[in-house]
Amino acid sequence: MPPFHRRFLTQPPLLSLYAQLVRYGFRKHATYWGAAAAGAFTNTVFGVLRAYVLIALWRARPGLGGYDITDAVTFCFLTQAYIGPMQVFGGGLEVAQRIRTGDIALDLVRPAPLLLWSLAQDLGRAGYLFLARSLPPTVAGALLLGIVLPGDAAVWAAFAASFALGIVISFGWRYIVAMATCWLRDDRGLTVVSLVLTTFFSGLTLPLVIFPEPLGTIAGALPWAAMVQVPADVYLGKADVPGALAFQAMWAAVLLSLGALLTRAARRKVVIDGG
Amino acid sequence: MRVYLLLIWTWTRAAARYPTSFALMTVAGTVTAGLEVAAIWIVFSNTTTLGGFDVSEVMFLYGTAGLPFSVADLLFSNTDRISQHIKAGTFDAMLVRPVGTFVQIAADRFTPHRAGRVLQAAIVLGVALARLDVPASRAWMIPVMVACGIVIFTSIWALGGALQFLLTDAPEVTNAFTYGGGTLTQYPLTVYGADLVRGVTYVLPLAFVNWQPGLYVLGRADPMGLPYALRFLSPAAAAALAVVAAFAWRAGVRRYRSTGS
Repeated sequence: MPPFHRRFLTQPPLLSLYAQLVRYGFRKHATYWGAAAAGAFTNTVFGVLRAYVLIALWRARPGLGGYDITDAVTFCFLTQAYIGPMQVFGGGLEVAQRIRTGDIALDLVRPAPLLLWSLAQDLGRAGYLFLARSLPPTVAGALLLGIVLPGDAAVWAAFAASFALGIVISFGWRYIVAMATCWLRDDRGLTVVSLVLTTFFSGLTLPLVIFPEPLGTIAGALPWAAMVQVPADVYLGKADVPGALAFQAMWAAVLLSLGALLTRAARRKVVIDGG
Repeated sequence: MRVYLLLIWTWTRAAARYPTSFALMTVAGTVTAGLEVAAIWIVFSNTTTLGGFDVSEVMFLYGTAGLPFSVADLLFSNTDRISQHIKAGTFDAMLVRPVGTFVQIAADRFTPHRAGRVLQAAIVLGVALARLDVPASRAWMIPVMVACGIVIFTSIWALGGALQFLLTDAPEVTNAFTYGGGTLTQYPLTVYGADLVRGVTYVLPLAFVNWQPGLYVLGRADPMGLPYALRFLSPAAAAALAVVAAFAWRAGVRRYRSTGS
């Protein structure tokens, strides 16, 4: 056995392993730049359509939810920009498909925890999609309809942290959904349920600030709000930054822990189709 | 047609093999569409009119967009997977079978759970009509506009499929026109910019799905001041788009070169 492999078996995986996985995740998606460009185009078109509806609403109700028209348009294009990196519509993880094919058996005996392995790959994916699918729609939105650009570097720093936490939360949620395939054996049904919850309660459908009470308060406390609404509010300067980040960190920790628990349970109860 | 029915029945039986997922997807598909209605409800919990239309009128427009869109989505939207068939080489197999390629693509992996959306749109339309009290002298337009809408959306899916012969790597572009068209028509066109409205009237005739005929049913003047006659032109627009789509599809199939596995 080559020394490289023996090292993995005897020692806990090194940080460099995860760095490699992040890089592979990035490069894997960078191969399909055409698909990313198409996604950016579609995100922009939908951004414009959604923005017009919000503009009509804010024309009728100026200052609704503490936003002005430009805030609402900015919110719309920011949330469109999250769709790629945060994979708001679900999926993006290979785990679900690997459970269906049975390859998961191999993944579970790897010398690195499946959760961290997938997280590293997903961060690489998110990094690429941020460049390819977040920036173009935002720039297009800024040019077509005009968006808020914070002048304060502290806001940008807080937004970067909040955005990164949003990606980790989105991963935690999608990982749980994917792991559930071990018990349901087919991931498609749960994927659609996840899609419904995520698009509606994250703020992607409409900003949570205009939800009627008590729905608004409830939606604002759920993990999906920590993915989309909170980073947007940090960007717009509508959120108390330490509180917002703490809220996101809490949900990231909860979801990742749940994911780890599910992985342990899956080791014991894995159903392998085919093989 | 018989082949198409046979194929979609086969896929329906296949989908029923995973009963939990099938039930979840049917329910979830209906709920997803229901969320759009929830969004309309949230918008109207904050305002009484949007773009000059009240909640019943917006629900009418939503229903008359959603019904044809979901029927076309149920029956023909699998054409947006043609790029996968091209990449996988399975399109070659379709070319040698004694059935038209469009029928095969449309029926491939037919997903019966989308029927939930048809029902949901029909319910919304029914509720809207009950609240609006449309006179029978104008209500005759409703079945006409739904039929024309199905033809228009199906044509857009066929055009999108044809486009994928060129953009094999970027199938998602076509979503902007298919699902984008479905989204655009849900709200009164007055909320969108004037250029966009002219575009969907004279270039991609989405305004003829429910906006122009809808103005007739609702008995409203055109807020954009476009000619009155336009509201009766949906059948002509649908027919013209269908012809364009048929030519585009044939041109796409002719242009197809096998990946040669």
